[in-house]
Amino acid sequence: MKNTSPLAPRRKSRTALTVFLVLAAALVIISILAPFIAPNDPNATSAANINAAPDGDYPLGTDRYGRCVFSRVLMGAQTSIFSAVILVAATFVVGTALGMIAGWYGGRIDSIIMRLADIMLAFPQMVLAIAVAGILGGGMVNAMLSMGISGWTLYARLARAQVISLKKEAFISAARLSGCSGPKIMLKYLLPCMLGALIVNAATRLGTMMIGIAGLSFLGIGVTEPHAEWGSMINQSRAYMQLAPWATLAPAGATVLTVMIFNCLGDALRDYLDVEAVK
Amino acid sequence: MIIVIGLSFLTYLLMYISPGDPALKKLNAQGITVSEETLAEARHDMGLDKPFLVRYGQWLAGALHGDLGNSYKDGLPVAQKLVHALRYTLILSSASLALALIVAVPLAVLTAVRKNGVFDYIVRFLSFIGNSMPNFLISVLLMYFLCVKLKLLPVIADESVRGLILPCLALSIPICAQFIRQFRAEILEQLGREYVAGAVSRGVKPSVILFKNVLHNAAIPILTIIALSVGTLLGGSVVVETIFRWQGLGKLVMDAITARDYPVIQGFVIFTSCVYVLINLLTDLCYRRLDPRIEEV
Repeated sequence: MKNTSPLAPRRKSRTALTVFLVLAAALVIISILAPFIAPNDPNATSAANINAAPDGDYPLGTDRYGRCVFSRVLMGAQTSIFSAVILVAATFVVGTALGMIAGWYGGRIDSIIMRLADIMLAFPQMVLAIAVAGILGGGMVNAMLSMGISGWTLYARLARAQVISLKKEAFISAARLSGCSGPKIMLKYLLPCMLGALIVNAATRLGTMMIGIAGLSFLGIGVTEPHAEWGSMINQSRAYMQLAPWATLAPAGATVLTVMIFNCLGDALRDYLDVEAVK
Repeated sequence: MIIVIGLSFLTYLLMYISPGDPALKKLNAQGITVSEETLAEARHDMGLDKPFLVRYGQWLAGALHGDLGNSYKDGLPVAQKLVHALRYTLILSSASLALALIVAVPLAVLTAVRKNGVFDYIVRFLSFIGNSMPNFLISVLLMYFLCVKLKLLPVIADESVRGLILPCLALSIPICAQFIRQFRAEILEQLGREYVAGAVSRGVKPSVILFKNVLHNAAIPILTIIALSVGTLLGGSVVVETIFRWQGLGKLVMDAITARDYPVIQGFVIFTSCVYVLINLLTDLCYRRLDPRIEEV
């Protein structure tokens, strides 16, 4: 039976959006509360419990230093989710601002900003990130910087294209005639018009960024020990996989689950707002 | 060209401001006891005492003649090391890309034609999982189940075909998953066009429409997707090569990063960006072959 009501598809996509929003919110809350729910100190080593199998004290066993895997996975959620959210937010703001400035003022500013974006895009993002993180050395801030160095270009190009097409609209001319300054028009009239498309793109990027940061950490050039992070946990424990598979499989499962939820959230948001995402 | 030079400048700048003294690293790597004099001498030999722009200019002039400098670690020319490693990366990436295409194209066609069938849902679900798995995770899991549990394959990749299987699988699974999703969307988009309805009403066989018209029209977006995936391939190969110790570009650059071997990192950056730009150029040329409407620029 075919659904003829124009409201029906919208309702369906709203349900999906609600479900994934709740799931994502749950993940964020868990990661915020991680220090309080963790049954053990994530960094406490215990020589007596090296590579111990899961039991009552250690729900997911211990790793090669006798640290509680469950507590470390929880703390790792904080690292992974927050670094991805901050990274996406930062590249979003910087990219949108630069793109709007390029689109609005045009001319030389436009060509400088867009050439810079072209240079960054001439590079596979992960390759550039690995090179930059490798040169800067490990650390969460450096890992985020190296992912962000090309991350902003997506929003810049999108925002610029939108500003250029909106610039000719009557309401913008009206704003200009009534004496609004450039920055004021951009913030007050242009930004609200394009926010939807930009946010959808930002949301679909969350999963990718998470994978990227985990990948850098896995290679040893992102978040480093003793800081709990899923990518580095998988890397550190994979040599002991025969003895303690839980130490690898737990952060692995957490990564896949989290990335899936955020990917679904991005897709649901795109369907709900009915905006095309740039791939 | 301007893009490649701009990028090389940025990377050079980054290395310039990065922590760690390459002269010290070089001496340490060669096992020489470091004193103030030897250090100063090494700095002078390596040209580290010259101003930044002079060094960059010298390096760029060399690079244009195919000389990317010598590795700090073993003194071998960077260009030679890169070309040697490129062979391995090419084998690995082309095998992975081929595998991904062989699997993805038929699956995408089948799921698009039988949209919302059971098969469609299964494939979509699997490709969704594949999309959410970083390739280092796939590598580790493959290693665990195929090498450790089932003892089917060697953990460290040798140059044989058997050694290629695991890194190739690890590299192609995420790309394949992405291909299935995107190809399916492209084919569905074509199937919804008016010309398809027109051909159906004229009684053209569905198989003819699918293979002659729809796939031909979907070829250009599909080609774009493939070209874009080369970036993912190159990035992913760094991770996969490091895990399986496959002696390609990715392994080379990771070793260089650990050793702070700046000329090699720099050479890798330039080299990869050239490959990437070249592939984009080739894609543009292919567009014109596929679609005569795209005019010469």
